Amino acid sequence: MEVSGLGFSWDPVQPRLSFPDIILKRGEHLFLHGPSGSGKSTLLSLLAGMLRPASGTVRVLGTDIHRLGAGARDQFRADHMGVIFQQFNLVPYLSTRANVTLPCGLSELRRERTEPTVEDEAERLLAALSIPADHWQRKVTRLSIGQQQRIAAARALIGAPGLILADEPTSALDADNRDRFLELLLTLAHRHNTSVLFVSHDQSLARHFDNQLELQGDRT
Amino acid sequence: MKARLALTLALASLWHRKKVLALVCLTLTLSVSLLLGIQYLRTEVKQSFTSTISGTDLIIGARSGQLNLLLYTVFHIGDATNNIRWSTYQGLKQDNRLAWLIPISLGDSYRGNRVVATDENFFKHFRYGRDLPLELDEGQWFEGVFDVVLGAGVARSLAHQVGEQIVLSHGGGRTSFSNHEDTPFTVTGILAPTGTPVDQAMYISLDGMEAMHVGWESGVAIPGRTITPEQAKGRDFTPDAITAVFVGIDRQILTFRIQREINQFAGEPLSAILPGVALSELWRLMGQFERALLGITGFVVVTSLIGLIAVLLTLQSQRAHEIAVLRATGASPALIASLYILECVALALAACVMALALGMAGLALASPWLLANYGLQIELRPLTPEEWTLMALVPVAAFTVALIPAFNTWRQSRRLGFGEAADQ
Repeated sequence: MEVSGLGFSWDPVQPRLSFPDIILKRGEHLFLHGPSGSGKSTLLSLLAGMLRPASGTVRVLGTDIHRLGAGARDQFRADHMGVIFQQFNLVPYLSTRANVTLPCGLSELRRERTEPTVEDEAERLLAALSIPADHWQRKVTRLSIGQQQRIAAARALIGAPGLILADEPTSALDADNRDRFLELLLTLAHRHNTSVLFVSHDQSLARHFDNQLELQGDRT
Repeated sequence: MKARLALTLALASLWHRKKVLALVCLTLTLSVSLLLGIQYLRTEVKQSFTSTISGTDLIIGARSGQLNLLLYTVFHIGDATNNIRWSTYQGLKQDNRLAWLIPISLGDSYRGNRVVATDENFFKHFRYGRDLPLELDEGQWFEGVFDVVLGAGVARSLAHQVGEQIVLSHGGGRTSFSNHEDTPFTVTGILAPTGTPVDQAMYISLDGMEAMHVGWESGVAIPGRTITPEQAKGRDFTPDAITAVFVGIDRQILTFRIQREINQFAGEPLSAILPGVALSELWRLMGQFERALLGITGFVVVTSLIGLIAVLLTLQSQRAHEIAVLRATGASPALIASLYILECVALALAACVMALALGMAGLALASPWLLANYGLQIELRPLTPEEWTLMALVPVAAFTVALIPAFNTWRQSRRLGFGEAADQ
C-alpha cells in the first residue's frame, strides 16, 4: 500500500486535512495512533475508497483506487480489503457463519481463495479464533462483544484480502480480551499474508507492531 | 452471485423482523383477498347473471323495449304492457322452424312471489347457466288444473311442503286484499335451486290461471260466479291471451330472420328479443357499480402498501449499522437499495399466495352454504387471465412503492464513510 500527498476537506472553504505518506509492504502491519479529531476515520474512509481525497493518491496492491469508478471501488474493497469496526460489526439477522462468509458473496476472488469450500474456510477461521462450534449456526445478537469482534476478524480474514482496515476494534474489550484478540488477528493475518492497518488511540497496543505512525491531524 | 446474496440477505432480514412484518403482511393479505374476491365474484356474478336464461333463442311479447320485455318475463320485475292473443300463439306453434315454445302468463302472485302460468314445455325446455335443465327436488311437475310447483326460494322462505294447499292472490304486490279463496292450489313439486329468478317464482298451468279467474272479469271476485275445484272438472279453460312466449330455434342461423318477421307481424304489435343481447345490455347498466367497487378495493390495497412502506421506513433507522457493515464490506449502494425492493416484493408475493389460499379455502367452505341458502352457485374454478393480471399488479405496485425507501437508502449509503452509520 502506498499513500502519498493525501489531503482531504469536506468543503473547499474549510482548512484541508493532510496525511503523512505511508508505504506498507504486503504482509506487514502498521499501528496508526492519533488523538480524536486527528482524522483517523477520515483516513480509513479514504483508504477504503469511500471518500474521495482533495489531493494525493492511494495505491493498494498497485491500483490507484481513486481512479476507479464508484462501482469498481466498491468491488475493489470487496476483493482486497477486510474491515473491522469498533462495534456493531455484524449483520444482526445472519448466523455467525453467514456473517463470516459475507465477503465471499460479494467477491468472486475471495471465494476462489477459500479452501476447499467457503464454509470450511469460515469454520476453520472461527475455530482458530476460538468461537465454539455450537455458536456457528446461531444468531449473532446473543454473543458477547468479544465474540462478535472475533467473528468480525474472521470475516475480514476470509479469502485472504491484501489489507485489513481495523478501526479501534479492541476499544470495547477488556485488557485480557484485547491482547488475545490482537495476537490472534496478527497471527492469522500473517498466515494469510495479509497486511493489517490498525487504528487506535490506545498507545499500549503499539508494542504488537513493527511499524507505527502518529497522526497529527495537520490542517493547512 | 450478488443477486443470490441480495436475495439471501433480504429473506433473512424479513425473517428477522417477522413479528412486525407479520402484521403488515396480514393487512396486505386481507386487502389482496378482498381485491381478488371481488374480482372473482364479479366474474361469477356476471357469468351467472348473463346465463339467467340460456338455450332460449327468442322471447316474444307484446310490442315494447327489449329491456322491459326481458325484465318482466325473465326477472319478473314490472308488468307486461300487453298480451299476445291465443290465436297468434297458435299460429306460432304451426311454424315448423320453431323447435319448441314455452307460453308464459303472468299477473298473479303469492306473498310477493310471482305466479307463472305455463305448460310442461317450461320444465322440458327451459335452460339456465351452462345449459342446465330444471330439476325437481321433491314431487313432480304439475298435472292437474289446481296444482302448483314452487321455486326453491319460495319453498324455503315460506317453508311449504309438497301436498300443502295455498291460496294465490290477485295481481302483484306483497300483500293483496283480493285472494283467489275459492280455488286453492296444491303443491305438487319443489324445484331444485338454480340461483336465477326461477327460485322466486311458482308455476301453475295455463288452465289453472284461467280457472281461478272465472268470475273475476271485472277485476274482483263476483260472488256466485267464481267456481270451485269440483265445478272446474271437465271444463275447458283455453285462455284468450298469454303474456309472452319463449322460443327455441333448431337452425339458429334463422334467428334474425324470424325475429324480423315477428317484429313485423301484421296481426298484432309484437316484439321478439334475443335474451343474450338483452342480458348483456342490462349488465352494462349495472356494471358501473361493480367497477366502482373494484376501484375502491384497489385503493384498499394501495393503502396497505403505503402502510408497509411506512413500516419499512421506520425500520430503516434500525438498519443503519447493518448498512455500514455491508458498505464497508464492498456492497454497492445499489445492492443495499435492492434489499428494500426485494423485501417489499417478497412480502407482496407472500401476501398474494396467502390471499389465494385464504380465498380458495373460504370459497370451498362457503360455496355449499351459499347454494343452500341463497341459491348462489359459486364454484372453485381456475383464475381467469384478468384475475391473474390483477394479482400480478400487487407485486408490481409493491415494487413501485419500495422505490421510495430504496432510493432513500441508495442516496444515504453513497455518502457513507468508513464505519459510519447513516443516522450519525
